[in-house]
Amino acid sequence: MTVPPLRDARARLSGWGGVPQAAEYPVAAPRDAEDLRRLVGRGDMIARGNGRSYGDPALNRHRTVQMSGLGRMLAFDAGNGVIEAEAGVMLGDLIAALLPRGWFPAVTPGTRFVTLGGMIAADVHGKNHHRDGGMRETLRWIDVMGAQGTVRRTSPGEALFEWTVGGMGLTGVILRAGLRLRPVETGWMRQTTVAAPDLHAVIAALETDDAPYSVAWIDSLAAGADLGRGLVHLGAHARLRDLAPGMDRFPRARTGLSVPVMAPSWVLGRPLVRAFNRQIYRRGLAAPVSALRDWESYFYPLDRIGQWNRLYGRRGFVQFQCVLPEAAAVKGLTALLGASAAGGHPSSLAVLKKLGPEAGPFSFPMAGWTLALDLAMRDGTPALMDRLDAIAIDHGGRFYLAKDARLRAGTLTRSDPRAEAFRAMRQDQGLRAAFRSLQSERLEL
Amino acid sequence: MSKAAVLVLGGRSDIGLAIAHRFAAAGHPILLAARRPERLADDAADLRLRHAVAVSLMDWDALDPVATEAMIAALDPLPGIAVCAVGLLGDQAQAEHDGAAAALVIRTNFEGPALAMGWLANRFEARGSGVLVGISSVAGERGRADNYVYGAAKAGFTAFLSGLRNRLARRGVQVVTVLPGFVQTRMVEGRALPPRLTATPQEVAAAVDRAVARGRDVVYVRPVWRVIMLVIRLIPERLFKRMRL
Ligand SMILES: Cc1cc2nc3c(=O)[nH]c(=O)nc-3n(C[C@H](O)[C@H](O)[C@H](O)COP(=O)(O)OP(=O)(O)OC[C@H]3O[C@@H](n4cnc5c(N)ncnc54)[C@H](O)[C@@H]3O)c2cc1C
Ligand SMILES: NC(=O)c1ccc[n+]([C@@H]2O[C@H](COP(=O)([O-])OP(=O)(O)OC[C@H]3O[C@@H](n4cnc5c(N)ncnc54)[C@H](OP(=O)(O)O)[C@@H]3O)[C@@H](O)[C@H]2O)c1
Repeated sequence: MTVPPLRDARARLSGWGGVPQAAEYPVAAPRDAEDLRRLVGRGDMIARGNGRSYGDPALNRHRTVQMSGLGRMLAFDAGNGVIEAEAGVMLGDLIAALLPRGWFPAVTPGTRFVTLGGMIAADVHGKNHHRDGGMRETLRWIDVMGAQGTVRRTSPGEALFEWTVGGMGLTGVILRAGLRLRPVETGWMRQTTVAAPDLHAVIAALETDDAPYSVAWIDSLAAGADLGRGLVHLGAHARLRDLAPGMDRFPRARTGLSVPVMAPSWVLGRPLVRAFNRQIYRRGLAAPVSALRDWESYFYPLDRIGQWNRLYGRRGFVQFQCVLPEAAAVKGLTALLGASAAGGHPSSLAVLKKLGPEAGPFSFPMAGWTLALDLAMRDGTPALMDRLDAIAIDHGGRFYLAKDARLRAGTLTRSDPRAEAFRAMRQDQGLRAAFRSLQSERLEL
Repeated sequence: MSKAAVLVLGGRSDIGLAIAHRFAAAGHPILLAARRPERLADDAADLRLRHAVAVSLMDWDALDPVATEAMIAALDPLPGIAVCAVGLLGDQAQAEHDGAAAALVIRTNFEGPALAMGWLANRFEARGSGVLVGISSVAGERGRADNYVYGAAKAGFTAFLSGLRNRLARRGVQVVTVLPGFVQTRMVEGRALPPRLTATPQEVAAAVDRAVARGRDVVYVRPVWRVIMLVIRLIPERLFKRMRL
């Protein structure tokens, strides 16, 4: 039987933040390992999950390989909660299939519209990183297709596994994974909200409470004595006995609204953000100390607004996310928040979270504090980002590549000596020509 | 009450699989018939895991009429809904000079699907219930220089379905003819298709689902195609023969 040629189509793509702006890329859509092998054989490609990384790690001008066609769930062991699935499976679909059976992802980012492959390649962290570690810790094995088209199953401790988890698609294509889920009695979360008047109070609240999940929303426009004030959300999976009679034990996701057209860029301007942040803070103060929230509104509040990234208009937005080691954290965070508040560039969203220890040779997390700031793309934004980079490096920090759209190669190397080892590994393994993204070229990885 | 099983002929087609997912999500057991069905093992596992329904695979080649008759005679229990998504676009230029290539396109789009639907119709008629869904194409609405071998075969299939519908209208059997325009599938991979006229396989599946639920006869996928084809059919042959569409 003749094999169809598997031709490239052209598609308009960008990262989630819209920086770089959307452009046409040649895109191929394999449906199985055989298709993929032929594409890998043609060289110079990058795998793309659901494009929820903010910048350019899932873009390649020669060929971007859309993984959604390799999106099958293969086997589930209800005894130990291990699912075998292809890398293109969407996290939200995994939840839809397995939550009704009492299982939830052991690690999840703040959106369920990501693929397993994207979660593995970025080694994502969730609100439970300080207790449970990241995506890496949930994986039993992964199948990776290398530059020669051969597939290897690799497990924790082996070099291929360690580099691939957190390797941003640059070590090969992740085909399948075996990962462990967490048993849950319900699809509900018990959330406690603490309003903290300044950065010290926020950090103290995150430090002292050993909740399974924790994160803080910071009012990025508060300055002076209020600097760093925010709401600390602590969460835990609700037990069956926590539910009132008649409550749906495993509620389904509600479909979100979407933001239909590109908004004009003033929508997320300073006055609006100020009002929004104040509103969130007030609501927090008024909120009951503890409440039950369904899994979707707890873990994925932004998913409910659909394409909220379009609120930033055509110029898009960037996210600054770094992690600072424990010791210098308070000084560093004060400086970062101060610089962003002073920069006249309101960050509409500022999120602070405590991370657990470093794991793996190139993954982002390390013990300390991670701050993420969303910044609308304006004339002064690149300069502000450079200032933030410098502050982070001065305080021993490093950057999250899943959020990056504009870091410089030199800055990466200065922030993270592991980048050199990653480059050397790519060189030794003959991976540099085979797997490349706009990001890997910019960062000279 | 358990739902009626859905048989998808051409179960490996992008459209056929999307239809299988759509019905599985509503709780229907699924049968996928395809050549070398072992290639569908992962899709079957996926359908079972996502939707918690029974899925079985059958080895079937649309070009083998004897085997088709036997396969359909052996269906037990008989599915409630049968969908035919078999098709082959082929290469028009090649078909103009290579008889075997042309015959393959004609047999794959007409003979195979028509015979299968015919055998299924007999069994559904005997039972007094059932739904037949044939995926034909707007290409069968008028022959064009670009793809008339494929188009003519689809026209044959469309006429066959129309005849079946007429025959079975009072026998409790619904016959749905689906006329997709462009659909983003393996069949048209790599072609630059106008985005506003191009549906996803999931849209086709949703259209099929709706058509079955509402007892419709002929459905286009994306309403604009109904208008486009109306206009194309109305153009006098005198003009049409000189046009490049
Ligand atoms: C609203 C929102 C909230 C978020 N919250 C968090 C959070 O809390 N924690 C966190 O860690 N991240 C978070 N992220 C970032 C997101 O989790 C990561 O960017 C993730 O990688 C996106 O997955 P994706 O499937 O969309 O991958 P893409 O964005 O398409 O790709 C990301 C990277 O993965 C690689 N990749 C994808 N599939 C494969 C594959 N099969 N094989 C090899 N490489 C592959 C790509 O090459 C690329 O380098 C958030 C993003 C958004 C938009
Ligand atoms: N895509 C479009 O733009 C479009 C537009 C209008 C109509 N359609 C129609 O939609 C239907 C589904 O096509 P698709 O778009 O989903 O493309 P597709 O993925 O290429 O599906 C066609 C399927 O037909 C199967 N097939 C071909 N010959 C067969 C044979 N002898 N026996 C058994 N199966 C055979 C193929 O099986 P293998 O996997 O074994 O090759 C393939 O799975 C077709 O009837 C097509 O004509 C498509």
